[in-house]
Amino acid sequence: MNDALDVALRLLIVFVVFLTFPLIIGQTEHKVMAHMQGRLGPMYAGGFHGWAQLVADGVKFAQKEDVVPAGADRRIFQLAPAVALLPYLLVLLAIPIGPGEGAVGEVVDAGVFFVLAVMGVGVLGSLMAGWASANKFSLLGGLRTAAQLLAYELPMLLTAASVAMAAGTVSLPGILDAFEWWWLPWQIVGAIVFFVAGLAELQRPPFDMPVADSEIIFGAYTEYTGLRFALFLLAEYAGIVVLCGLTTVLFLGGWHGPWGADGLGWVWTLLKTALLAFVVIWLRVTYPRLREDQLQKLSWTLLVPLSLAQIALTGIVKVVIQ
Amino acid sequence: MPEPTVVGASTVDPTVVAADYFQSYSVVGLLAVVGVLFVAVAFGAGRLLRPVVPTPEKLLTYECGVDPVGEGWAHTQVRYYVYAFLYVIFAVDSIFLFPWATVFAAPGYGAATLVEMFVFLGFLAVGLLYAYKKGVLAWT
Repeated sequence: MNDALDVALRLLIVFVVFLTFPLIIGQTEHKVMAHMQGRLGPMYAGGFHGWAQLVADGVKFAQKEDVVPAGADRRIFQLAPAVALLPYLLVLLAIPIGPGEGAVGEVVDAGVFFVLAVMGVGVLGSLMAGWASANKFSLLGGLRTAAQLLAYELPMLLTAASVAMAAGTVSLPGILDAFEWWWLPWQIVGAIVFFVAGLAELQRPPFDMPVADSEIIFGAYTEYTGLRFALFLLAEYAGIVVLCGLTTVLFLGGWHGPWGADGLGWVWTLLKTALLAFVVIWLRVTYPRLREDQLQKLSWTLLVPLSLAQIALTGIVKVVIQ
Repeated sequence: MPEPTVVGASTVDPTVVAADYFQSYSVVGLLAVVGVLFVAVAFGAGRLLRPVVPTPEKLLTYECGVDPVGEGWAHTQVRYYVYAFLYVIFAVDSIFLFPWATVFAAPGYGAATLVEMFVFLGFLAVGLLYAYKKGVLAWT
């Protein structure tokens, strides 16, 4: 009975994190972007610096009419947001936040493997949306999403494999147990490649070609309204949480801190994740959108060779220090 | 070369390992159920809250404000199929990296697996170079 309660509590925590963290990042994005662009951002909703802006947005979304285009493939169209959103919920379960078995939703022994596989499913949601909308712009957006996934999944896989090689395990808590501070410079190339590839997979600027509003309206999400559109947005921000959390765990040492603070491991994890999320927002404000061919070129001619080099480096160092 | 020894596997009862395996994935399954319920409840609640006033204009697809021409599912030339090939080849290859990654530095392996790794990376690099030479990786 106790076990069941424990599991239920864990699921509840993961679920609450899944619902709140994306909103926190969304609100931070509103404010950070505004200040970087020399304006105030939302100030009215909720009173204090517009903290309730996203709640107000949610209320608005829930009241909007749900329009399914007459020519659309109805079922697929309606299911797509769920397919885009739910994988990130599952990934959150496997991300360890502190040392020990207690500080992770559930220890999945195939950790890295599981996480990457499940994250890949999320892109299917965009593909389904693009195809089922019966809109030419959506279809183009969907195809661009597919091309982007094909290009960037690979460097992500390879750099994650590099960390698994360094740790000698694919379990996420296992990787953190094996972590030493000098992994940071050792795996730095892999870390950057992983983070950039992750950004591209989330279709965040500067990799937002699939939703380029000045060319193809809003890509695969053009025809969506109301709640379903909100779920796609939630998926994007949940994706940021997951990507930053994973980069933290795989490359930045997760709960390890410089002063070995016992019991504060989870603070370190959250701090690093938040910092990375800030970088995600910062990149959005800083860089212009890459063109489709530049996107492909960046991945195939830069990131993939870099990640192969990282694997070679990891292999050599690991065998030498054994 | 000494026989590679499998660390740990012989000392652990396989049924216990299997039980752990199913336990962790059943929790994942449970969370998936929670997620599906969340989406179902959200869609159900949305259905109760939102207005439904469809008009033929509303149900048209939005293509820059002009009435759409022809069908939405247009013929397009899928230029990405070469990358799809590239991707499948690379991804299937790199999947095999993961099981290998967990044992390659275990006692008894070492230099031999390192050479194997370079052979593996060599194949991938040659594949990429070949695609590059063929002009697949040039877009303009």
